[in-house]
Amino acid sequence: MSGNMNLTLKVWRQKNSADQGRFVTYKADNISPDMSFLEMLDVVNETLVKKGEDPIHFDHDCREGICGMCSLYINGRPHGPKRAITTCQLHMRSFEDGETITIEPWRAAAFPVIKDLAVDRSSFERIQQAGGYVSVNTGGVPDANEIPVPKVIADEAFNSATCIQCGACVAACKNASAMLFVSAKVSQLALLPQGQPERYRRVQAMVAQMDAEGFGNCTNTGACEAECPKEISLTNIARMNRDYFTSKFFKEEDIH
Amino acid sequence: MSNFSKAFSSSLGKKLIMSLTGLFLCTFLIVHLIGNLQLFKDDQGMAFNSYSYFMTHFLPIKIISYVLYASIIIHAVYALVLTRSNSKARPTGYAEYNGKANSPWTSRNMGILGTIILIFLVVHMSNFWAQYHWGGLPYTKYEAELQNPDAVTVTQLPISAVPLVHSDYVDAQNGTKVLIAKDLYQVVHASFKQWWYVVLYVLSMAALSFHLIHGFRSAFQTLGWDHKRYVPLIRTLSLWVFGILIPVAFAAMPLFFFFFK
Amino acid sequence: MKLDAKIPEGPLGEKWAKHKFNLKLVNPANKRKYNIIVVGTGLAGASAAASLAELGYNVQAFCFQDSPRRAHSIAAQGGINAAKNYRNDGDSVYRLFYDTIKGGDYRAREGNVHRLAEVSVNIIDQCVAQGVPFAREYGGLLDNRSFGGAQVSRTFYARGQTGQQLLLGAYSALNRQINEGKVKMYNRHEMLDVVMVDGKAQGIVTRDLITGKIETHAGHAVLLCTGGYGNVFYLSTNAMGCNVTAAWKAHKRGAYFGNPCFTQIHPTCIPVTGDHQSKLTLMSESLRNDGRVWVPKTQEMSQRLRKGEIRASDIKEEDRDYFLERKYPSFGNLVPRDVASRNAKEAVDDGRGVGTSGVAVFLDFADAIKRLGEDAVRAKYGNLFDMYYQITDENPYKVPMRIYPAVHYTMGGLWVDYNLMTTVPGLYALGEANFSDHGANRLGASALMQGLADGYFVIPYTVGDYLATIGPAPVNANHPAFAQTKKEAEDRINKLLSLKGTKTVDEYHRELGNIMWEYCGMARSEEGLIKAKGLIRELREDFWKNAIVLGSNEELNQSLEKAGRVADFLELGELMVDDALHRKESCGGHFRVESQTEEGEAKRDDENFAYVAAWEYKGESQPSELHKEELVFENVKLTQRSYK
Ligand SMILES: Cc1cc2nc3c(=O)[nH]c(=O)nc-3n(C[C@H](O)[C@H](O)[C@H](O)COP(=O)(O)OP(=O)(O)OC[C@H]3O[C@@H](n4cnc5c(N)ncnc54)[C@H](O)[C@@H]3O)c2cc1C
Ligand code: HEM
Ligand code: HEM
Ligand code: SF4
Ligand code: F3S
Ligand code: FES
Repeated sequence: MSGNMNLTLKVWRQKNSADQGRFVTYKADNISPDMSFLEMLDVVNETLVKKGEDPIHFDHDCREGICGMCSLYINGRPHGPKRAITTCQLHMRSFEDGETITIEPWRAAAFPVIKDLAVDRSSFERIQQAGGYVSVNTGGVPDANEIPVPKVIADEAFNSATCIQCGACVAACKNASAMLFVSAKVSQLALLPQGQPERYRRVQAMVAQMDAEGFGNCTNTGACEAECPKEISLTNIARMNRDYFTSKFFKEEDIH
Repeated sequence: MSNFSKAFSSSLGKKLIMSLTGLFLCTFLIVHLIGNLQLFKDDQGMAFNSYSYFMTHFLPIKIISYVLYASIIIHAVYALVLTRSNSKARPTGYAEYNGKANSPWTSRNMGILGTIILIFLVVHMSNFWAQYHWGGLPYTKYEAELQNPDAVTVTQLPISAVPLVHSDYVDAQNGTKVLIAKDLYQVVHASFKQWWYVVLYVLSMAALSFHLIHGFRSAFQTLGWDHKRYVPLIRTLSLWVFGILIPVAFAAMPLFFFFFK
Repeated sequence: MKLDAKIPEGPLGEKWAKHKFNLKLVNPANKRKYNIIVVGTGLAGASAAASLAELGYNVQAFCFQDSPRRAHSIAAQGGINAAKNYRNDGDSVYRLFYDTIKGGDYRAREGNVHRLAEVSVNIIDQCVAQGVPFAREYGGLLDNRSFGGAQVSRTFYARGQTGQQLLLGAYSALNRQINEGKVKMYNRHEMLDVVMVDGKAQGIVTRDLITGKIETHAGHAVLLCTGGYGNVFYLSTNAMGCNVTAAWKAHKRGAYFGNPCFTQIHPTCIPVTGDHQSKLTLMSESLRNDGRVWVPKTQEMSQRLRKGEIRASDIKEEDRDYFLERKYPSFGNLVPRDVASRNAKEAVDDGRGVGTSGVAVFLDFADAIKRLGEDAVRAKYGNLFDMYYQITDENPYKVPMRIYPAVHYTMGGLWVDYNLMTTVPGLYALGEANFSDHGANRLGASALMQGLADGYFVIPYTVGDYLATIGPAPVNANHPAFAQTKKEAEDRINKLLSLKGTKTVDEYHRELGNIMWEYCGMARSEEGLIKAKGLIRELREDFWKNAIVLGSNEELNQSLEKAGRVADFLELGELMVDDALHRKESCGGHFRVESQTEEGEAKRDDENFAYVAAWEYKGESQPSELHKEELVFENVKLTQRSYK
């Protein structure tokens, strides 16, 4: 185990959505390599608070890589330099003593900055609300085992369902496109028998909402897949495209 | 119908247009390459000129050419539209952006590569295609012996020679097959003797290569044509055929003329 | 006030069915005239909000995260129980009921628990219909596993993220209702108080966490689904934002708090690495199926280990103390959570802990790897090993894991009757926020079940009964109580913002956590608890003098949010200690030092403590009043646990 580190942080500070914002440089001294990235920020914030300075605001909650609340664009990459993890799962041992770390918020028109590093991801909510569900009411559903699902399909649907709605895909994408996120939900339900009745309606509704939110267009660069903490696959995007075109050109129902 | 047209105005619809026009251009490129390979024939342009005539006068192909021009325009226009809306989607950029950590260079520079190709196309078409259609091109007469088709007599016809029309017939008296055609070959030859032309072509072919390494497979992803079984094939085609074989073959033409003709 | 749990008469198996029939119904045409406030969107809240909206009520739902889907239910890994008996291995509603009562060490109500077991089967059906991707077998049907020492395989699971998948199901149902306009969702809103009108809960006060705006919301009923309060210990497996604020404010407005000292400590967490530690990460209990728990036999050896002079592999077999195997030969490493946890803490307190901090014990897979091969171990525990490696940078295939217990769940919570109503009319508590169903200890995979049972299948029936009684006349949002309660909330915020002392809120929180862990954790003694009570009071007083709270109200102010939560924890902590102090028995997950058998094992005292302790708030620095709800066991025979 190596010794403690001294780091320089270049952090985006912005008082609120109307503020211009700017980078502020902080020293983070005596940082243990065993700290998580957010714990490192906690330590910096403790010293800021003691000095009477406003602590750096960032979103976080579970701190174990599942709630999708944490974000941070670290040294040019969402969730930092390691693959398949969230920022809260990133540890300081991934950095070098003396390093300068640049920390920015997710950047996208559809994710306006609320304060400092916290952004507003309610656009994702509205996309989910547009159709990310199977319309069944509580009660009055068949016995669970009356809906068999082949294991391969179930597993594939599961892979899509692991998305934590963090927005790293948008942050990573040079076009700020939300295709990976949207396609993950569309895919999960398109694969499962439960999702079939609303399959084509759903893809239209969710894509329409995605467009309305002002996300960019996918040019298949694949950055989203590479940076997604849950390794959601690009196959989902292809699947969504297929369903979308099928719904538009070959299905009766056309709602959007 | 309005729904149908709306389908194309959505983000996915625009992408669909990009991919269909892109793929159409890819197929054109194959045909164009095969045709242009005739330039390598040591026949002083007989085959090439005859092919050029066929391509510009056979009706179905003429129709397809119009589709082609439209495709180029639509592809370029939509590229512009998409690029603009993409930059609107991120009004504030990152201070530090490490794109190479997560995506191939080609995929991040399709617009620039496309623009180079567009410039190339303007030069290219104004030089060859516009010349052929509206420029005053010289005619050349090829006479091949029926007995021995390799023995060809070539006569450049003066511009004033009459009649200056394309003709292709068998001259039974002389025992020859005669072709009188616009000599595009000469134009090509002349052009490719200029160094800056060669440089432009070779660089453009590099851009084309990068554009297609990403573009060809990207188009399939956009269409949703993605299956474990075929993806490796598409990737192979993307790289080896559209990324290497085709651009290299095209680039070989100006180089061939510059150095060996 | 006498506590009436309103448990229906009649045979156990018929109680719920009969009760459902006896509950009043709201006329379908009238449903839209009712507003229901749902605070919290975890499994309990999201399922309740969606189900009530489907019935036609207007729902306003609140959560403090930026999305309902981020409630801490998302973190549950293991699975959810249901008495489906798909395995034909002898499971039944009655067996699930029995196991849950027994697991709770006979401190839960028979009636509630049986109902829970009954509706458990519907939960699975519901979730599958929503598209929750449970694990399946090749035949396409659902897979089950045995979990937490159960004798039958009744646990449904979705890889290591059952909580997330179940929550996404409920979230999708909620989204559908938001889309249809039946639910108005308020994200990034924190509830600060309950508004009481004429002795009934008729609204809440919230703070918009982005703008700081203090708002009031009126409703015919208020449902608190705000989760557990494990964060009173500072370090726990809970998310950073988990808090007691909503429940605590409700308590101060008249809702009794049930069994506050009942907390569950999970034995297999990744240990603390230093003072910077902000939370603890749970690893599935299943690790104990193959891992062996040990510490060095001597303190001296432990010292050398901690200094890095020797490594675990240098310690010879005969110098190792496999303390669980030694003390509990028949169960060995598979003793229940509380026993494993307590013994680990004892070993550490004895100076024989491992790791640089010395606050950990080994969980060793060397034998398992030798016996089954590394591949087999990887197949079984691959993700867990990866997670461990990623957090600690140690390769558990090569060196033993270090584990230590951590607070994981709170069985205590707002006291509710059979209808899930608190002692405040119109105020309900669902999910982990209430005290019901798990007694003094919770079985693995039962919290998810309870949250969804409450939300999908209990509250839609029981809330109607109350609503039908009070009638659909609109709630008067201009009643002075709204303005008054709002003012009180604002005053408190201003008071917090005026704190310009020298100590950060986190420092207070950490100190409180240490006190709670040391004295009100796994093993408690009268002496320690009395000491703790004094310490907490001092700390609380100091907090209101010396804490630093920065910024203003009218902005995103995490400093302020934290301060408000910690202030409430500082009050709750004392109540927990009071509760622990009065319960002079060992039961469930709690070891009362004064109540043990000759062999040093937990001794329950059914004669004196077979009741629910429900505490009534009596005002600032007034002692809370204890009310007892006697527990009646008509169907099960009370037995002492033994794992020897
Ligand atoms: C790491 C971990 C693993 C677990 N594994 C399992 C398992 O395998 N099986 C099992 O059965 N159980 C498990 N549990 C327990 C189980 O997950 C929880 O008990 C259960 O999910 C709680 O659900 P809930 O709906 O009551 O509360 P939560 O999911 O915690 O939701 C609380 C909600 O209340 C909101 N809220 C809180 N306070 C306020 C406020 N003041 N104002 C506004 N909103 C507020 C939050 O925003 C959130 O939406 C586990 C728990 C943890 C921590
Ligand atoms: C006229 C100049 C051109 C411009 C400005 C241009 C620009 C672009 C841009 C911006 C894209 C989007 C990137 C993407 O979706 O991956 C693209 C895609 C593509 N281009 Fe071009 N391009 C041009 C010419 C060409 C030519 C000549 C060809 C073929 C010979 C071609 C083939 C493709 C293909 C196949 C795609 C992929 C479409 C998809 O992803 O769905 N382009 N082009
Ligand atoms: C470097 C080798 C190339 C040579 C020698 C060559 C030659 C020619 C010639 C002689 C013509 C005119 C023929 C006619 O009008 O029928 C032509 C037309 C054209 N070329 Fe090329 N070309 C080359 C590469 C390319 C490339 C790489 C592209 C595309 C990216 C391209 C696109 C076109 C187009 C679009 C036309 C007009 C086609 C039509 O009217 O149908 N060419 N080319
Ligand atoms: S697809 Fe991946 S990166 Fe995008 S929101 Fe989901 S988990 Fe995050
Ligand atoms: S990074 Fe962006 S371009 Fe498409 S493949 Fe992913 S959305
Ligand atoms: S804080 Fe929950 S995923 Fe990072």
